[in-house]
Amino acid sequence: MEFAFSPEQEALRDMLRTFVAKEVRPKAHTWDTTGEFPGETVARLGGLGILGAMVPEEYGGSGMDTVSYALAVEEIGKGDGSLGLTVASHNSLCVSHILSFGSEEIKRRYLPDLASGRKLGAWGLTEPGSGSDSLSMRTRAERKGDRWVINGSKMFITQGSVAGVYVILAVTDKEKGKDGITAFVAPSGAKGLSVGRKLHKLGMCSSDTAELVFEDLEVGPEAVVGRVNSGFRDTMKNLAGGRISIAALSMGIGLGAMQEALAYARERTQFGRPIADFQAIQWMFAEMATELEAAELMTFRAAALKDSGRPYVQEAAMAKLFASEAAMRGTIKAVQIFGGYGYTQEYPAERYMRDAKLCEIGEGTSEVQRIIIARNLIRGR
Amino acid sequence: MKILVAIKPVPNPDEKVKIKGDGSGIVLDNIKMVVNPFCEIAVEEALRIKEKQGGEVVVMMVGPKVGEQQVRTALAMGADRAVLVEAGTDLDSLAVAKVLAKVVESEKPDMVLMGKQAVDDDNNQVGQILAAVLGWPQATFASKVEFLADNRKANVTREVDGGLETIEVTLPAVVTTDLRLNEPRYASLPGIMKAKKKEVKVLELSSLGVDTAPRVKVLGYAPPKQRAGGGRVASVQELVEKLKNEAKVL
Repeated sequence: MEFAFSPEQEALRDMLRTFVAKEVRPKAHTWDTTGEFPGETVARLGGLGILGAMVPEEYGGSGMDTVSYALAVEEIGKGDGSLGLTVASHNSLCVSHILSFGSEEIKRRYLPDLASGRKLGAWGLTEPGSGSDSLSMRTRAERKGDRWVINGSKMFITQGSVAGVYVILAVTDKEKGKDGITAFVAPSGAKGLSVGRKLHKLGMCSSDTAELVFEDLEVGPEAVVGRVNSGFRDTMKNLAGGRISIAALSMGIGLGAMQEALAYARERTQFGRPIADFQAIQWMFAEMATELEAAELMTFRAAALKDSGRPYVQEAAMAKLFASEAAMRGTIKAVQIFGGYGYTQEYPAERYMRDAKLCEIGEGTSEVQRIIIARNLIRGR
Repeated sequence: MKILVAIKPVPNPDEKVKIKGDGSGIVLDNIKMVVNPFCEIAVEEALRIKEKQGGEVVVMMVGPKVGEQQVRTALAMGADRAVLVEAGTDLDSLAVAKVLAKVVESEKPDMVLMGKQAVDDDNNQVGQILAAVLGWPQATFASKVEFLADNRKANVTREVDGGLETIEVTLPAVVTTDLRLNEPRYASLPGIMKAKKKEVKVLELSSLGVDTAPRVKVLGYAPPKQRAGGGRVASVQELVEKLKNEAKVL
């Protein structure tokens, strides 16, 4: 068993550590408080190839593996959860759906812009009335000759108001359930595609979240991503990969909070010594560090399984579940270590804590992960 | 234009370095090495010149084979290929310059760019000695480089005490870079992937026939004196007193 990153993976990590230290960490607080989408920094990440991390070179991407991509999301998440979420959702939801299931024509048309960051990607599954029960979606696409007319709405769509490319799931054959849903791709500005409210959130404040509304959005047969009625099954496969990136993001947020808390605990003096000298504080660090180490092993193992073409659905669900909950517990401890200052926005601990909560909810709640894990176990997969 | 850029791996400036128990050097185990920041500036400048007028950027390094990782960093930024002369870390500035001169003689670049100094031992010597060994003009501490007369000459602005000085040098020349020349780019992901396939020619030190016997002997390393820490003064009078008699600055 080899537990070592390749020289390229180390080079990527080192580059991002410098980038995050200089360009992300110092700005994260401002982005969080203003809620402004950091378009310029996202564009710079595009220039560095982060927005097409796993897209092959022939479509303008970086051609890196899942382990490298998870490393990238982790390093960005250490500096700013919102930015990590932007990178993760763009890559793992929109880009990955097009890359894995799109026709050659769709890939040539959309991937170069997405991989370079000239356009950002959004992906719409969730609706106001359908979350974990995604099969109950009400957005419909009806045939009109060889074209499709889409009506309905989508909720909590990351990059909802800033994306240039949208992948949308819609019911195309209600009778068929799982085999009656199709994915469509549409560019921003398409007639009938509009952005509803931008949503204000507990955390991940500078990640863009919005509602999408479709009113007679008409698309041609070439807009179908994958096959007609294969959208739901494709989505399930795509989400399995997405869980690895949320696990990586969780780890980043947890480790980012721990680094801040460590620096503080070494400096902060009470009763005549640094609070890091107190066992109560030390135990919190020991637990945080151990849980995040475990999360890291689970996440990179799931990523390595995916890279080697072996089954990884179970491992990815376990990594997502464990890492997000470890990050939540860890960031709560970080706030505790900062004490009164931890509860204020003068210090970054509370931001990490608010950001971590998303990881237990987005791309399948912890409860859904438990269902997946238990089902796989019981069915003997 | 063909530019040869010399780089040196140095311990990450953000890390705390420790001195070996016997004072013979620095503990390098588990210390993250990076490209010397001034050398990174030299790589960036070479890439900008190439982007403007075409040509080739070749990286050269003298030192242990593990330094290949820092060479790959320069390749990931966009340099075309590299020459690594495998040697120990014990070479002094004169020896390094003589080895680099051999690489320069075989590569025949139009310009050698390098950091003004390495942030590990701050010698600030290799560029100057290299120019002397080659018999080339030198322009050190560059904060601006401009080409004249079909690249036969260059105007180099230097940061000197109290201001800027612009000098004209005939090419080929050795130019060493100062902090404000440019801000180096980050290596992109595609750049990192491409760097893996770029050529790094490894040469044995012994194959160059250079006398690298040290002329400088390091007698010992010692950590800087621990700061005594501050104290509070009760009055302006006491402060003035201390500034006069303890700090001796008044």
